[in-house]
Formats: sequence, structure tokens, C-alpha cells
Amino acid sequence: MARGLADMTARERTLSAIRTGLGVSGSDKIRASSAAERLKHHPSGTVPARAKGEIENLATLFADMLEGQAASLDWIAREEDVPEAVARYLRDLNLAARVRIGEDEMLSELPWKMAGALEIASGPAEPSDTTGITRAQVGAAETGTLFLTSGPDNPTTLNFLPETHIAVIRKSDIVGGYEDAWNRLRKSYGEGTLPRNVNLISGPSRTADIEQTMVMGAHGPRRLHVIVVG
Amino acid sequence: MQPRSHNFKENAARALHDDVLQSALSNVRSGFVAKRARARSALPEFDQLCNEARDIKNHTLAHLDLYLEAYEAKVVEHGGHVHWAADAAEACGIIADICRQQNARTVTKGKSMIGEEIAINDHLEHAGFEVFETDLGEYLIQIRGEAPSHIIGPAIHLTRPQIEADFRRTHTDLPAERDLSNAENLVAEARAVLRERFVAADVGITGANLLIAETGTSVIVTNEGNGDLTQTLPRTHIVIASIEKMAPTLEDANTILRILARSATGQDMSTYTTYSTGPKRDGDLDGPDNYHVVLLDNGRSAMLGGQFHDMLCCIRCGACLNHCPVYNAVGGHAYGWVYPGPMGAVLTPSLVGVEEAGHLPNASSFCGRCEAVCPMSIPLPKMMRHWREREVDQGRMPLGQRTAFKAWAFLAKRPALYHAATSIGVGFLSLLGRRKGAIRSLPLLSGWTRNRDLPAPQGRTFQDQWRAGWRT
Ligand code: SF4
Repeated sequence: MARGLADMTARERTLSAIRTGLGVSGSDKIRASSAAERLKHHPSGTVPARAKGEIENLATLFADMLEGQAASLDWIAREEDVPEAVARYLRDLNLAARVRIGEDEMLSELPWKMAGALEIASGPAEPSDTTGITRAQVGAAETGTLFLTSGPDNPTTLNFLPETHIAVIRKSDIVGGYEDAWNRLRKSYGEGTLPRNVNLISGPSRTADIEQTMVMGAHGPRRLHVIVVG
Repeated sequence: MQPRSHNFKENAARALHDDVLQSALSNVRSGFVAKRARARSALPEFDQLCNEARDIKNHTLAHLDLYLEAYEAKVVEHGGHVHWAADAAEACGIIADICRQQNARTVTKGKSMIGEEIAINDHLEHAGFEVFETDLGEYLIQIRGEAPSHIIGPAIHLTRPQIEADFRRTHTDLPAERDLSNAENLVAEARAVLRERFVAADVGITGANLLIAETGTSVIVTNEGNGDLTQTLPRTHIVIASIEKMAPTLEDANTILRILARSATGQDMSTYTTYSTGPKRDGDLDGPDNYHVVLLDNGRSAMLGGQFHDMLCCIRCGACLNHCPVYNAVGGHAYGWVYPGPMGAVLTPSLVGVEEAGHLPNASSFCGRCEAVCPMSIPLPKMMRHWREREVDQGRMPLGQRTAFKAWAFLAKRPALYHAATSIGVGFLSLLGRRKGAIRSLPLLSGWTRNRDLPAPQGRTFQDQWRAGWRT
């Protein structure tokens, strides 16, 4: 039974106005299958040529892009050297030897105690934290972009609240384009689903809101340091 | 905010005589324009990606009802809530209700043009909530009680000394002798002041650059990280987004994101691109308990299939503002509402009505640069012409102006003639304007220039320069 406009919910009104504008009905089979197909197969558009290549080239591009966006990088061979690399970075910049990490399976197993007087806390970030450490599941070389996923292992606040953010990534987790990165996440989380947050991070926080002058550390971290392992 | 677009002439005249504003506006050209050109030339696939992005939007709009339904189902599947709002009043009412249900006192906000469009801050403040903008540019205009003057750089009309004065006026608990003579110190002060707000907030409101149907995800693009603190620290995260922000899949979002930052700030990718899907999950140690999306129509469904359909492809990159000689001359406030420049001249009459904003499409030199730089190839000049013609047809223009515009329309439809006529015009105009660098009266269009000075054309017409390689 047809109802008057006043009886319709905002949802029905909006959808019906869209259909009227488009001159279609909601039950058109061809339209429905065209949308459903796209959602199911999520076809890729053009991927920039520079996002294709061997891992060595991609790792170099990844680093160059990140450095171009004012992040710093460190390359280490072995996972067990991460704590020492962290301690060294903080020492060199004269930063407090205090870090907070999540329960990431790779990070929490590391020999943190060996890394001198580094003070370690876990859990989500507190406003007083100075350095947060998280692991990037994957990194896209095309723009030097880290993909960080939320979860008990890597709380999102660690990426944003402390003044210094250290991200650890395995070299084998560096891929070319965003498509490769999302396909990795689809493998971990399943099709059509994502964790609460996927944070794509391509450098430290910045603003140009004052006379277009670039200033680092607007609200998020002033420094982004990326440790590539492998 | 209440539209004041009918005052365009007066606003523009004032803007042209405002030396402080003029000095602030000079940053637009040296900043955004040059950076975009560099980013574009560094990506050989840029134009191809623009074409694909346009195809994606066309496909999405043609299936918008279906993607909205699919998106809604996915948000719900992930534990979030979707609210539909036909207009600004409904959207504001929904948001205030959510805040009340949460017993909220303070609300933080990430930058959102939809927030500006529906004037959510005013509404929430009247309802008794404290609202704090957290994007630095939005914070600056909030403490000044102003509207944004640019869709991606809301405070681009301000100079450093003005900001220093505002901070001294509003941050009165800080020592008077502190040094605020450079941008670094101003940013550091804003960071410290807003840090407390983030931590204390009960509700965080963000906009969305994209909504993804495949996963029920909202995406925000920022450089400061304020949006992330806004949406991660409070118990409740509310997203306000208009219905045309839809992208079917993660791949479609990739294509759009590859051209968005490059067109906007000239970055390859914004510092933070954040995908949010539902509230925090079982076991998560941070993130909001509640996730709400308010889907706003506010006139957009009525644009579908009509003369202004293409405007729904806009990704709000701001390139058309940055490259517009009129925007560069008068700034964003002259346009009188939240969307300035060429995109605003087309969109504002669609959203607030031709009675209020019918003047805006006249705020154009029809040089065509906006369309040339628009990553979505939106035919902005053509659509401004539609509005002009409607205004002429409805007899809203004074007679002299009407005749002039009819003549202009005649020429504009004939590119060779138009080019010849405007070339003559430029030679003539620069003679007239030579003494002061600005033109104070124009014989044919005196009705149009009475209340504003046109900047004197510098040498060649835009079309000449465009042909000579200025196009990018
Ligand atoms: S109209 Fe085009 S150039 Fe202007 S903001 Fe929209 S997408 Fe960008």
C-alpha cells in the first residue's frame, strides 16, 4: 500500500528520492547484480607502475617515500635486535628511555630487558606516555604508507597519543601498492570485514594551517621512526 | 551558518580592500597550486586515475541506493548504527539525541564540511554541550567565531599576527610574555590546549571523505592526527557524511585517494588516512564503545539526474578554489556560506536555493581553469552558466546586467569569438586598471562592478596563458 511522504522515514524518503532522480526502481535486477558483482570481486583500477617490482626495489621506494615525508628509518637484520635499535634511537635524540607497546606477538616476545635501562609498559596509551611502539601489518611502497590495524595487540592510541611513534615492520611485509596491502588484510580478517581501525600512516603529524608553513607535531606524534626488520 | 551569499558583491568589494586578507591569500598560489603541479607531474598515471575515479563515481551514483543499503548492512554487521537525515535539522537533532543518551558534556570535532553545512556546533551549543574543534584551522576560526574560508584550509585567510592575537585573547591562563612569534610556537600552544580537550571529551564527531560499501567503513584523511584522537579517545564516535561520499570497494577508495591528496595539498598521500569500521571489538583496549553514522541527504538526492548531477562527483579537494582567479582575489568568506570558489558557486544554490545564492555563479571569469584542474572533470563553468541562465530567465538580474550576460552567453557558446572578445577586453581592462591595479568601473558591466573592483588583468587572458602551458 502506498504511503504518503509524511509517513515515510528519512531512510525511505532518501532512497525513494534517489530512485526517482535516477529514474529507476529498487528492484531492477540488472542494477542489483552490477552492484553486487562489484562488491564481490572488487576489481582493481590502475596501479601506479612504480608500485610493481622486486622486494628490494620496493623496500628502497618505501624508505625513500617515508623519508621524503619526514620519517626516519632504521634497517636491522634480526627481530631480537629491535629493543637495542629502539634504545639507540631514543638515546641519540635524548628522549626518555620509556616506551609503551601492545601485546603484539612479535614485539612482546623480544628481549626488552637486554636493552639497557629501557622502561617498558603495555596497554593503550596514557597522556603521559612519551613513546609508543606498534607493529605495522603491512606497508605499501608506492607512497611509503604503513598499515596499522587496531586490536589488543596494537592499540590505536599508541600510534597517536605519544610524541614519538616507533613502528616496526618486517621487510617481507612491504608490498607495492595499496591493493596488495588490502589483499593481505583480507587474508587476515576475511572478505568484507575490517578491524575497528586500519590506520594508514605516511609520516609524522603535521599542519600547514598557519600561513601554509609546515610545522611537525600538530596533534599526533612529532616523530615517526620506522624500524624495518629482515 | 546562515547563508549570506546574497551579499556577494558587498563581501567581495570589502575583501578586495582588505590588505591583511590579500596578504594571506597570496599563500594560496605559492602553496597549494605549486605543490599540486609537482605531485601531478611526479605520477605518470595521474590523469588515467582521474578518469577512473570519475567512472567510479558515475557508477556509484547510478547505483547509489543499492550501495547505501549495502553499506548500512555492513555497518550494522560490525556493531555500528546508521541514522538517515533528510536535512540539516534532522541531522542536528539525531546528533544531539545521541549526545544526550550518552550523558555527554563535552564534544570534540574533527574537521567536517558537513558539520559546517548543518551548523552542528551552534546546534549542540544551544543544546548545552561544549564543542571543541580540534583541527588547527577549524580551532582558529572557532575562537574567532568565523566560518571556514577554504574547504581544506579553513583558516587560510588568516595571518600569523592575527593568530597570535587570538591566542593571547583566548588562552588567558598562559604567561603573557610567552613567545608566539613563529608558527612552531603557535602550533605547540594549540597542541597543549587541545590535548586536554581530547582526553576529557565524551563524544567525538568526525566527517568522512569516503564511505566504503564493501566493508561498512568510514574514511577520514588528515595531516594532524586530530581526527584520530577525536574518534579514538571518547566513548562515542559519530560520523557525519553526505550520501554521495560512497565508494563501493576498498579498490575504488584507493583510486580516489590516489588523486585526492595530490589535488588538494600536493602530497602523494595524506599523513593519516584512517579507516573506521564499527566500534571497538571484544578485547580491544581502546576505541569507542559506540559508533554512529549520520547519513545526510540535504538536497543531494534532488540533484541526481538533473543539471547539477555531476557536482555530486566532487571529492572536495579544493583544487578549483586554489586555481580560481576570483577566489584568489576575494577569498572564501565573500561567498557567504560554507562552500566557496567554483565548487561553491555551483553547489550553494543547489543546497540553499537560488534566491539566496543565485549571485554566486556570476563570481566567475569563466576562464575554465577550475574544470581543467578538477580531478573529477566536473564541468563547473557549464554548471555556473546553467545557474546564470536560470537567474536571467527568472528575471532576477537587473536589466543592464541581463543584457550583458545574454551577450556574454552568446559569446561563451562560441569559443573563437569569446576568445577574440576577451582578448580585446583584457587589453582594454588593463588600460583602465593601470593606475591602481584594479578596475573601478566598466562601461558595459557597470552594474556588476559598481560594488567591487576587479583585479586588473595582468597581460594575457587566462585562455591565452592556459594554451601557453599554464594549464597545469
Ligand atoms: S569541484 Fe573538482 S576541483 Fe573543485 S573541490 Fe570538487 S573535485 Fe575538487
